Amino acid sequence: MSNEETRVSKNRFHGLWALTNRDLKKWYQNPIVFVIGIIQPILWLALLGKAMNISSIISPSSFQIPTQLFAQLPVAAQQGLAQYFAGLQNQIMLSSFGTTSYFSFMAMGMVAFVTVFTTAFVGISVVFDRRLGFMNKVLSTPVSRSVIITSKVISASVRSVFQAAIVTVIAYLLGLQLGANFTVFSVFGVFAIVFLIGFGLSSMFTAITLRTSRMETPQAIFNLVTLPLMFASSAYFPINKMPDWLQAIANVNPISYTIDAVRRLMIFGDGYALLPLDFAFVGLFALVVTAICVVLSWRFLNK
Amino acid sequence: MSENEDVIKVEGLTKVFNHSLTAVDHIDFSVKQGEIFGFLGPNGAGKTTTISMLITVLRPTSGKAMVLGGDIAKQSLEVRSSIGVVPQEYTADEDLTGLENILLCADLYGIPRSVSKKRAFELLQLVELTGFKDKRVQTYSGGMRRRLELACGLVNRPKLLFLDEPTLGLDVQTRAATWNYVKMLKKEFGMTLFLTTHYLEEADALCDRIAIIDHGKIVVTGTPTDLKDSLGGDIITLSVKDQTDITDLIGKIEHVKDVKKESDSYTVKSANGEVTAPLIIEALRKNGHPVTKLSLTKPTLNEVYLQYTGKSMRDAEESRENVFRQRMTVRRARQ
Repeated sequence: MSNEETRVSKNRFHGLWALTNRDLKKWYQNPIVFVIGIIQPILWLALLGKAMNISSIISPSSFQIPTQLFAQLPVAAQQGLAQYFAGLQNQIMLSSFGTTSYFSFMAMGMVAFVTVFTTAFVGISVVFDRRLGFMNKVLSTPVSRSVIITSKVISASVRSVFQAAIVTVIAYLLGLQLGANFTVFSVFGVFAIVFLIGFGLSSMFTAITLRTSRMETPQAIFNLVTLPLMFASSAYFPINKMPDWLQAIANVNPISYTIDAVRRLMIFGDGYALLPLDFAFVGLFALVVTAICVVLSWRFLNK
Repeated sequence: MSENEDVIKVEGLTKVFNHSLTAVDHIDFSVKQGEIFGFLGPNGAGKTTTISMLITVLRPTSGKAMVLGGDIAKQSLEVRSSIGVVPQEYTADEDLTGLENILLCADLYGIPRSVSKKRAFELLQLVELTGFKDKRVQTYSGGMRRRLELACGLVNRPKLLFLDEPTLGLDVQTRAATWNYVKMLKKEFGMTLFLTTHYLEEADALCDRIAIIDHGKIVVTGTPTDLKDSLGGDIITLSVKDQTDITDLIGKIEHVKDVKKESDSYTVKSANGEVTAPLIIEALRKNGHPVTKLSLTKPTLNEVYLQYTGKSMRDAEESRENVFRQRMTVRRARQ
């Protein structure tokens, strides 16, 4: 046998691309999964996003202006108040949501929402690999245990970025109001933070399912975790308008920081100074959870 | 590694689960270079646990095992790189094609694409799947899946191949074909094979040596012939026309080990039935007791197996995971 024949990679990360690509193939080669991944955000945005038309609730036509009382005022005051009421809608929207369009506010929350959904599936795929025997095959090869886990996490993160891009495009088509300082580079910033949160969340979901072979477990955990993760965040409602105890939770929720960063980049005209904090918090979350997951994989992937 | 060194050497290997269930209990055995070694035993006897430890997927509680010169506990990466494993269940990814599956396996062994592409085509040819290489594994029959698993197990050119229940759930033709592959691997590549099976005639036909494990301990090791001979050899059953007791007469015939008179027949034990039977017929004819009926039974490994493991059925507890995987394997084998 020639040397070429027996040459094998001594790289500790060999197999990473092969395993990542395998998981990605299952997604992009399956038209149904792929198309549903596109249709789902359309439904969320078009139905929920458009239905929750909050600015119309606080439009001048929503409140009864006491005309009799009004008539007693001097003309100048009447004009001033009329102007005030006309501007009230935008003022409330801006102070609460940072934008006059609630749809834009929510659509950018949806970018993070779709990441939670996408990464939750990684847990199910770990259990599937276990149950169908594929995991056993991989464990009997000289692939590092952390590579097995990392491949799952990377593929889920890549999918998250793709889904986030889809949501952004659909939101734009449905009338997303971009911020004053929006540039094309903002989109890359969005992809970066979505990749980070995707990394953290998929590590978290993988760690939870490392030991289990039951299909019900990741599903139950997924249901238990997603709702608080979403509602105790800035996805649908501004944090500073929440009760104190909920604020406390939302303020440590990495999803909040992701959404804040996405909104700053896409629809807010200001707040860029806080972007490094958002990235640092989400990055730290990803790093810590991934480290925990890798350590657990050394312990638990070998029986 | 020198020619005569043991490919597998196991000393006092033990696995205790959860500090209470002893699945494998201080076993010792060795497998020689170039032999087909059969590992038999009832469900829950410790076969899969032993194989899992040898392929370094499961850590032993105590004891030592060297596989291809590497310590399974300390050099697990080296051991894993040099052995081939064909697991009990189908592990190929159903959404990928046969070729993609082999290439994926090669990637997991760190084999560069330049080498693995060529090798994948060789392996596809070897297991006669070239025509199906671009079809998804979903569409494969049980036999084709099994052959693909074999190809994946050979992708790193192992000197030692582990086959866990390679014929589980396969039809007779596919089983026979699998046996041929196993024999060919030994003959053409000088490969050492370690296999577990439930089919005893398969172990008899294929294996150079077998070990029977039960309740976590190895109860007997030897060549199939030796083990069968240890039961006392072939059994000849014969009848004669008259009622005279001729037990002593038969007992004096060459090669006859033991004679027992049943109600209207005699049961004769002999190491070499084919030679003894004509001698008996000839001797009895000469003495005026012509044989009216005669049958020759060779002891099978079944008898050996039952002798050592007993006849009671095993209701070993299985994890949900294993039961599910086994069901999936059998179901897919029948596609």
